[in-house]
Amino acid sequence: MTPLLDVKDLTKTYGGRVGCTDVSFRLYPGEVLGIVGESGSGKSTLLNCLAGHLPPDRGQVIFDTRAEGPRDVLTMSEPERRMLGRTDWAFVHQNPRDGLRMRISAGGNVGERLMAVGARHYGEIRAQATDWLGRVEISETRIDDRPSAFSGGMQQRLQIARNLVTGPRLVFMDEPTGGLDVSVQARLLDLIRGLVRRMGLSAIVVTHDLAVVRLLADRLMVMKDGHVIETGLTDQVLDDPQAPYTQLLVSSVLQV
Amino acid sequence: MIHVEELAKNFTLHNQGGTVIPVIVGAGFSVAPGECVALTGESGAGKSTVMRILYGNYLAQSGSVRIGGVDITKAEPRDILQLRRETLGYVSQFLRVVPRVPTLEVVAEPLLALGRPEGEALNRARDLLTRLRIPERLWQLSPTTFSGGEQQRVNIARGFAHAYPALLLDEPTASLDATNRETVLTLIEEAKAQGAAIVGIFHDLEARARVADREIDVSAFTPRVA
Amino acid sequence: MSDYNFAYLDEQTKRMIRRAILKGVAVPGYQVPFASREMPMPYGWGTGGVQVTAACLTPEDTLKVIDQGADDTTNAVSIRKFFEKTADVAVTEKTAEATIIQTRHRIPEVTLTEDQILVYQVPMPEPLRFLEPSEVETRKMHALQDYGLMHVKLYEDIARHGEIATAYSYPVMVEDRYVMSPSPIPKFDNPKLESAALQLFGAGREQRIYAVPPFTKVVSLDFDDYPFDPSKAPHPCALCAAEDSYLDEVITDDQGTRMFVCSDTDFCADRRAAQEGEAA
Repeated sequence: MTPLLDVKDLTKTYGGRVGCTDVSFRLYPGEVLGIVGESGSGKSTLLNCLAGHLPPDRGQVIFDTRAEGPRDVLTMSEPERRMLGRTDWAFVHQNPRDGLRMRISAGGNVGERLMAVGARHYGEIRAQATDWLGRVEISETRIDDRPSAFSGGMQQRLQIARNLVTGPRLVFMDEPTGGLDVSVQARLLDLIRGLVRRMGLSAIVVTHDLAVVRLLADRLMVMKDGHVIETGLTDQVLDDPQAPYTQLLVSSVLQV
Repeated sequence: MIHVEELAKNFTLHNQGGTVIPVIVGAGFSVAPGECVALTGESGAGKSTVMRILYGNYLAQSGSVRIGGVDITKAEPRDILQLRRETLGYVSQFLRVVPRVPTLEVVAEPLLALGRPEGEALNRARDLLTRLRIPERLWQLSPTTFSGGEQQRVNIARGFAHAYPALLLDEPTASLDATNRETVLTLIEEAKAQGAAIVGIFHDLEARARVADREIDVSAFTPRVA
Repeated sequence: MSDYNFAYLDEQTKRMIRRAILKGVAVPGYQVPFASREMPMPYGWGTGGVQVTAACLTPEDTLKVIDQGADDTTNAVSIRKFFEKTADVAVTEKTAEATIIQTRHRIPEVTLTEDQILVYQVPMPEPLRFLEPSEVETRKMHALQDYGLMHVKLYEDIARHGEIATAYSYPVMVEDRYVMSPSPIPKFDNPKLESAALQLFGAGREQRIYAVPPFTKVVSLDFDDYPFDPSKAPHPCALCAAEDSYLDEVITDDQGTRMFVCSDTDFCADRRAAQEGEAA
């Protein structure tokens, strides 16, 4: 089976400081990979390098494109990468304000990716936007409201709808439940899990919340100081951590 | 179906001076299709640890665990995931689910993950929940709000939703009343009849005597303290 | 002759502007940056258009200047006088007689010819600006033809007003490549952007020049189910009775009495002269 994403020796430094170094992994279709670590561990740097937001110093990010099979995203031209970014890839930001257009209505936010890939029928765009608002449990009556009038949880769900409307195959998520109330988090996790299964999505989820990865991720990568120090099945890494740091991380979680 | 050879497991406590605690050495046994093997031994002998290694939840230091042709101790995560989806079921003592997901979907999920049609999966889930006497009015609620016994039954329903060829049961009858216990034992017998290889931990001696074909004393694999 | 260099600007500056114009002609709809000069008038009064006109003028040219279609408004009069003084060129109010027409907010009603240049004054050349505040990002969007956002604006219009409510500065796609702002002309004028005349756009404060060469394909953006509609006020001109010209609404007293008249004063005057001729 061809991996959807094949990452080889990805390294990014900021001057002399290590962002992430020699990261390699494969992601297969339908898999959810969790990346955990503390602030500054390099997990966000890694995610941004993978998603093409940051140019890495070296390494390869090989994506199995629909048209041409596996290709190194880093050597793609900017238009190709952007096209990927609005068709097969999606990026869910921690802060929905970074991923939404706050001055555009909810429907316009969801419709943008459709219009960006050439949709030119208002009625169809609106129908799809309505459908997606329903899927993320936002009332149809809110379609013409701006996201600034939404709660944090609704904004995050809107951001997810906006990203998934073009049926991407790979979703990057940066702390998708960060900054949300616990009850809202649960609802969002449920939503993401359902979408991942129904759409057969692959996802890379960066978070510092171990409870989130336990429920969302099939596999886990633990990062510290820019290095991947442990990988494995999510429940195995959490229940039988091998590296000293992972043991510390797992044992530091407050039990409820 | 399940073959364990020369299995060893240590815990290394890096944050407590790197203490290495050997918990299992030289474990070896096999379970044939249609057979139910009970793990016995005192508390702390390592029954749950063996179960967790069999499920891929704990890493082994050495040895092999082959289930359905896959060596769990060396397999890639995605192969273990595939094995768990298709071949290897596990009923733990604790229900761990995403909050807010309705009970019916929790139970149907193993079948949905296999790509079965939603109608079929939900029917199977309804059937199991009915047999395990979870009142229908609770089906659309999340099991996180249920009592311990109800949660345990939801967990069992979920574990038996798909007819796994290999099944691990960790105290399946604990905290159940007589009627429900009977149902669970029947489910186990049905699974055996369908050819499932089962490894179980039963503190309930009657239950053990009824479903287990053999007993394996895990104490035999416990390292002797020097 | 005056004490000014011909058409006010020095020759090197005109050369620089002509290069920008040529580049704009070569890449229709693309905004070419240029080193806009301080002009003896405030920004917003047509400094971009004046610089483009200055770079195009030759002593043989005949210049017409209109503001909102009218030759006799302050802005039009002062720019016309400016070039009379600094370039000593012939000026006219007759559209057909002009070789260069500088305009603000209108395209003349009379069909322009291959011998004419239409120079637009542009306050905001970037059609994506109000959707994306970053210039770095909008330039990238143009480079990559990443124009989904432009339709988002139209979508928002329909969602809010039931139709595309953008009535002026209606965005167009030039030669299937660049999205361009036609300057704040009414959308009624958009179909006239496909013209035999050379059309040049100058934005002084924003330091951009762009162009639509003769016979270039210019398509107003729309949706399949909400097609572009170059509508105007549903009245005839109160003075010349024209049914097909763009009208200004004029309030005539404190009671709110209003009349609709042609915004193109030359067009209206011509029609009235012809009607009087027929009557006589």
